[in-house]
Amino acid sequence: MDSVTDDANRELMLDGNAVAGELRALFAVEVTTGEGECASCGRTHPMGALLAFTQGPGIVLRCPSCEAVMLKITRTPRGVYFDAHGIAVMRIASQA
Amino acid sequence: MAAPISWQIATVKEVRAETAGTRTLALALPSWMRHQAGQHYDLRLTAPGGYQAQRSYSIASAPEREGVVELTVERVKDGEVSGYLHEVPVVGDLIEVRGPIGGYFVWDAMLGGPLLLIAGGSGIVPLMAMLRHRQAAGSRVPARLLYSARGLDELIYRRELDALAADGTGLEVIYTLTRSAPAGWSGFTRRIDLPMLAQVAKPLGPEPLVYICGPTLMVESAASGLAELGIAPARIKTERFGPSGS
Amino acid sequence: MAEGFVSRGFVGRGRAPGARASRIPPGQYETQGFPVLSAGPTPKVRLETWSFSINGLVRKPIKWSWDEFQKLPQEEFLVDIHCVTKWSKLDTRWTGVSVDTLLEAVETDPRAHYVTAFTIEGYTTNMPLEDIRNGRAFVAHQYDGRALEPAHGGPVRLVVPNLYLWKSAKWVTGLTLMERDSSGFWEKAGYNDHGDPWKEQRYTGD
Repeated sequence: MDSVTDDANRELMLDGNAVAGELRALFAVEVTTGEGECASCGRTHPMGALLAFTQGPGIVLRCPSCEAVMLKITRTPRGVYFDAHGIAVMRIASQA
Repeated sequence: MAAPISWQIATVKEVRAETAGTRTLALALPSWMRHQAGQHYDLRLTAPGGYQAQRSYSIASAPEREGVVELTVERVKDGEVSGYLHEVPVVGDLIEVRGPIGGYFVWDAMLGGPLLLIAGGSGIVPLMAMLRHRQAAGSRVPARLLYSARGLDELIYRRELDALAADGTGLEVIYTLTRSAPAGWSGFTRRIDLPMLAQVAKPLGPEPLVYICGPTLMVESAASGLAELGIAPARIKTERFGPSGS
Repeated sequence: MAEGFVSRGFVGRGRAPGARASRIPPGQYETQGFPVLSAGPTPKVRLETWSFSINGLVRKPIKWSWDEFQKLPQEEFLVDIHCVTKWSKLDTRWTGVSVDTLLEAVETDPRAHYVTAFTIEGYTTNMPLEDIRNGRAFVAHQYDGRALEPAHGGPVRLVVPNLYLWKSAKWVTGLTLMERDSSGFWEKAGYNDHGDPWKEQRYTGD
């Protein structure tokens, strides 16, 4: 991964922590403590550590290793669209 | 058991200026739930007609303080929500919040240490919750905070941090001012870089628990710097706050 | 959530006063800044290997290198842009090549009714071909007289001012002309295949 540049777009990037509330609202449990395996490169990362792009029409979470899209969430009047085909497997941590 | 997290209406109990650009709101919550240091609340404003704006704010207060959470809000240039929070709420006002949220970027005294905290600007807020919790829990794990701000006036919680660092429990606070420093300043006067990280991290040994929070670029640079110094990436937790303030 | 809860003293974004108001589509507010909205990190693009292609339902697919692209007839465009996240920016100035100029080089097939714009890193967006011809769209490499910044889609982005800004694909590398519409990155996630801000076509079904 070599796209760490000083640009306005990179500055706006957040991580999974920032969308923990949205994910919790969908799953009813804490998701950012769990892990997701990237369907593109096969590496596993904590959901809280995924790269988050939140400024646009929806939330996009990307693999910190290869930057492939792992999760796309949009809220529309017809409902919430949840595209997780970029996640091979997600483990949700046992909730205390 | 995980409880569902719903929006609730909190009451402003206290409004306190911290620096020129930051203020703390203490909110009394009807459904207070003990949080972990590092977590945040989502906050939502609703205009007549239904327009809504929502932001996340890290909890500044320790979990030991029951019934109330403190949120420290930095005023963002042209910020729709931070502008409102800096101008409007007074004691008694109602604000809609949801939380506590986030389990990844948290520290509990039970996790032990040594603890290395690195803050850029308003990134100090969740780390302050960690230090307040450390104190309230009576923890004596060795801890170091490296806190970067543009100038002395922009250091949030400075007096409290200096007091914590002097209470003999093993906390050291190191400041770096990146734009202007007062005469006689003995701290660092530059952006966080590899030599600074090496110097600050060294006394904590090879396996500290690291928490880094602040502007995205600073966080990424510090995280990769510490990994270069040999700290295992699994021990480094980061929370990106987006662009630095104006 | 409490029904009808309103935050005291919060009014949200205002609407533009006076004559400018008629240039702001329903549900939008005017911004003076130029917000950066992306679905991913800014790609690094090397001009030596950059190209722009038009393929699909065309008589002869074509590919331009950066040097070839720079030699095409260039124009200045002054347009209003509207983002589905509700901000609009008036009188934005761009320099680039009209899509009409590009399409002339390929001779489109009469069965081509739709187009998908594709980009350097996998983002796609779709729209009717009609919405990018006859002066309605261009491919820009300068904004406000300076080279287009990477964060805003540089070196080259598509600009389709009459549709919501997500259709103006950043880091565009070509167009595929098609007979049938094919939903792109956001369209597959509930956003409108057409995206006309004047009809407020934000989402599927609007």
